Amino acid sequence: MSEVRVLVGTRKGAFVLTADGKRDRWEIAGPFFGGWEMYHLKGSPADPNRIYASQGTGWHGQVMQRSNGGGKTWEPVDNKFVYDGQPGTHQWYDGTPHPWEFKRVWHLEPSLTDPDTVFAGVEDAAMFKTVDGGKSWQELPGLRNHGTGSKWQPGAGGLCLHTILIDPTNHARMYIAISAAGAFRTDDGGATWKPINQGLRSPYIPDPNAEVGHCVHRLAVHRSRPQTLFMQKHWDVMRTDNAGDVWTEVSGNLPTDFGFVVDVHAHEPETIYVVPIKSDSEHYPIDGQLRVYRSRTGGNEWEPLTKGLPQHDCYVNVLRDAMSVDALDSCGIYFGTTGGQVYASANGGDSWAAIAEHLPPVLSVEAQTLQ
Amino acid sequence: MENAVVRIELPPHLQTLARVGREVQVDVRGDVTQRAVLDALEAAYPVLRGTIRDHATLKRRAFMRFFACAEDVSHDPPDTPLPPEVATGVEPFMVVGALAGG
Repeated sequence: MSEVRVLVGTRKGAFVLTADGKRDRWEIAGPFFGGWEMYHLKGSPADPNRIYASQGTGWHGQVMQRSNGGGKTWEPVDNKFVYDGQPGTHQWYDGTPHPWEFKRVWHLEPSLTDPDTVFAGVEDAAMFKTVDGGKSWQELPGLRNHGTGSKWQPGAGGLCLHTILIDPTNHARMYIAISAAGAFRTDDGGATWKPINQGLRSPYIPDPNAEVGHCVHRLAVHRSRPQTLFMQKHWDVMRTDNAGDVWTEVSGNLPTDFGFVVDVHAHEPETIYVVPIKSDSEHYPIDGQLRVYRSRTGGNEWEPLTKGLPQHDCYVNVLRDAMSVDALDSCGIYFGTTGGQVYASANGGDSWAAIAEHLPPVLSVEAQTLQ
Repeated sequence: MENAVVRIELPPHLQTLARVGREVQVDVRGDVTQRAVLDALEAAYPVLRGTIRDHATLKRRAFMRFFACAEDVSHDPPDTPLPPEVATGVEPFMVVGALAGG
């Protein structure tokens, strides 16, 4: 019997939600690490019971946790993230040089094949890697030092590397995204990187077509089409079919193309999901109606999904790492809100139900499909 | 020189992280200073490394405070001797999280 485990990171702890393959009855375990900000938890595809978690507070900084028991038990691992060499400067909000300072781990991306290997995206933006299950972390300095790093500038949430995608057919190829620098690709396992932002247009930066400086909120890919990526930019939903060499806008008939999350159906590579948010100054849905939008055409043509979602007086946000899909035959979609709800659909988005309703603000959601 | 046994009070988050109670005791060799006490604490509880002082610079994290004998010694140089009451275990060295809401 299949089982689904949903790892939820919140502002005040982590929660583990589990259900059988029907996904109609959920058990909630937690909080784990109560009172701590849990930016992200993610399990290893090679060993789903091996889970890594980013834990922190403003007082005590970064702590890293690892579970070998599917989230039931945890042990702290190394929390030392030191930039390689002299870290130099990036741009501050006012355009002046500002030294790189480690603040937190935003995103963890375990290797597709080795449970001991994990990539970590951090603020100030950089990528780190462990090959010993978190006992030590080393920076992949080629990203920060590839040439444009000194021009990177933080978004409102900080200069954060928040998305890491590993090409499932070629593990040496990875994509990352940084707010507010843009998207980058490596073809050699992280040694060297290039910006992949051609086609993005951001009217709110000095050069709207700049090589770097775009506030990319999230990237998503389907495992069967690793050259095709989808992007929720600050404004605009974008896609590329050539591994990021050129992007085209696919916002189409969305009521607003501002938002944070984007994800792809597990079995339909042209079916994608976003949650439109009113604007960059009003981080909540339009008209108090929480609506997921689905496109079955890889963008441009979108339909609102509302059944089971609040359609009045709803003013929550859905943050960039807070949507995920499972891999069951009828694809499950999950997302968490800043109001502490986790919504799930067991039918590709046709209908939704709250599987947790009163959690702290949700920072991240990751679904694991367990056979 | 004999080791000093220093009592240290920890804030709640660090108690749960280190899986200890409110107070721990550590052996300190040599002069009982902030640096020596924190070095001994981190040696006994490696999970606390980076949570009170920055890993690289060993500077106190911005929202942490150190109290001794009802005095805020947070801004004292780290090699300043702590009061004799702390060095003799009469009073604890207190690691405190700055007050903040949320």
